[in-house]
Amino acid sequence: MDHVTGIASVPSGDSSSEGAGAPALADLFRRAARGDESAFSALYDATAARVHGLVLRVVRDPAQAEEVTQETYLEVWRTSARFDADRGSALSWLMTIAHRRAVDRVRSAEAAHRRDNNYHDQSETVPHDSTAEAAATALEATRVRRAMQSLTEIQREALELAFFGGYTHTEVASMLDVPIGTAKTRIRDGLIRLRDALGVNQ
Amino acid sequence: MSDIHALSGAYAVDALDDIERHLFEKHLATCADCRAEVAGLQETAAVLAAAVATPPPPALKDRIMAEVATVRPLPPEVPGRHVDEERPSRRRWFPSLVAAAAAVAVIGGGAVVITQPWDDETTQLSATAQVTQASDAATISADLPDGSTARIVRSASRGQAVLLADDMPEAPAGKVYQLWLQAPSGDMLPAGLMNGGDAEVLLDGDARTATGAGITVEPAGGSPAPTSDPVALFAFEGA
Repeated sequence: MDHVTGIASVPSGDSSSEGAGAPALADLFRRAARGDESAFSALYDATAARVHGLVLRVVRDPAQAEEVTQETYLEVWRTSARFDADRGSALSWLMTIAHRRAVDRVRSAEAAHRRDNNYHDQSETVPHDSTAEAAATALEATRVRRAMQSLTEIQREALELAFFGGYTHTEVASMLDVPIGTAKTRIRDGLIRLRDALGVNQ
Repeated sequence: MSDIHALSGAYAVDALDDIERHLFEKHLATCADCRAEVAGLQETAAVLAAAVATPPPPALKDRIMAEVATVRPLPPEVPGRHVDEERPSRRRWFPSLVAAAAAVAVIGGGAVVITQPWDDETTQLSATAQVTQASDAATISADLPDGSTARIVRSASRGQAVLLADDMPEAPAGKVYQLWLQAPSGDMLPAGLMNGGDAEVLLDGDARTATGAGITVEPAGGSPAPTSDPVALFAFEGA
């Protein structure tokens, strides 16, 4: 479970939900919205491992995951002027777009055929590259895993199937053999508990 | 707390089907508590993604930056100006929905008002959900003149189709929107009536053999055949 050793340096300070540089990320969005490609490049470097890792986890197929990651960043580039800091963080906006696109991909009928359902076998990997993002996410990954352990088993399973698996709550209920309606409650309860455990800004 | 609030978590992690999402977004427009909760849960979900962070291949960045160089960023949304956007209803966080109108619409010609699915979770799927959740359900989107998007979800195996609209402009006074299915012969067959707003309408008629669907503006009560140009057209694949 713990793959984070070997990370030499950790960004200083902020251990909030976005790690270091949340305001900087919002600033990169604003600059990208004005057509600043270097800002967009920096935005990509700061977020690509999270975006691609999530997309890959949901989509599974590496080639399709790259397509979805590409679509996500293209949408972000096109629509960054619509990002509204009053409604949430830049990272949340970005990850929401990525997750929605990944889920759309796997729910299309064609993709469903190609999909690997062995979600339990998926190993958790944390990248060992030397970027600042890798360090930040590795640190965060440790916090997330610790927080996940505070969930009940059914909360954790329901949340993992929904978020990382891309399944609907109805499908999750069936997979976990619980009544329809139970899974959505467990997903919400689990997220609320994680939100509080992680100290996410509300 | 009513059941609909309990969908906030599933919404935040995209675990709702299309109809539930549509209805929950409508609820969000009027429920500040749920908006705040969803925002916090989406932030939480964004943090969770760190647990599976995986750098993409370096070549991906090259491809993205090359494409970015050829795409103009959209302008901000400013009052009084409509900007077209891909699938706006699904990309907006909180669509500006009309506060009115509980789920749908005018009845006529076989259109059906559905009940909200969380009214009783243990009952069977609503008529529209049976179509949208069919294993062969296929979605066709069309842009409306105001820039919003309407979707038709069609299940060939069930021979049924459902129209989904978000925040569709109201039909002009004395008029109504009429839905049509195009028969293989090319004839447009009446498939239901609706007002604007948010709608889920089960189309009347055989959607298995139909080659497409359309929406026109007709005098109140509808017409036996279209009397105006369609405001939206949907071509059925494989038909």
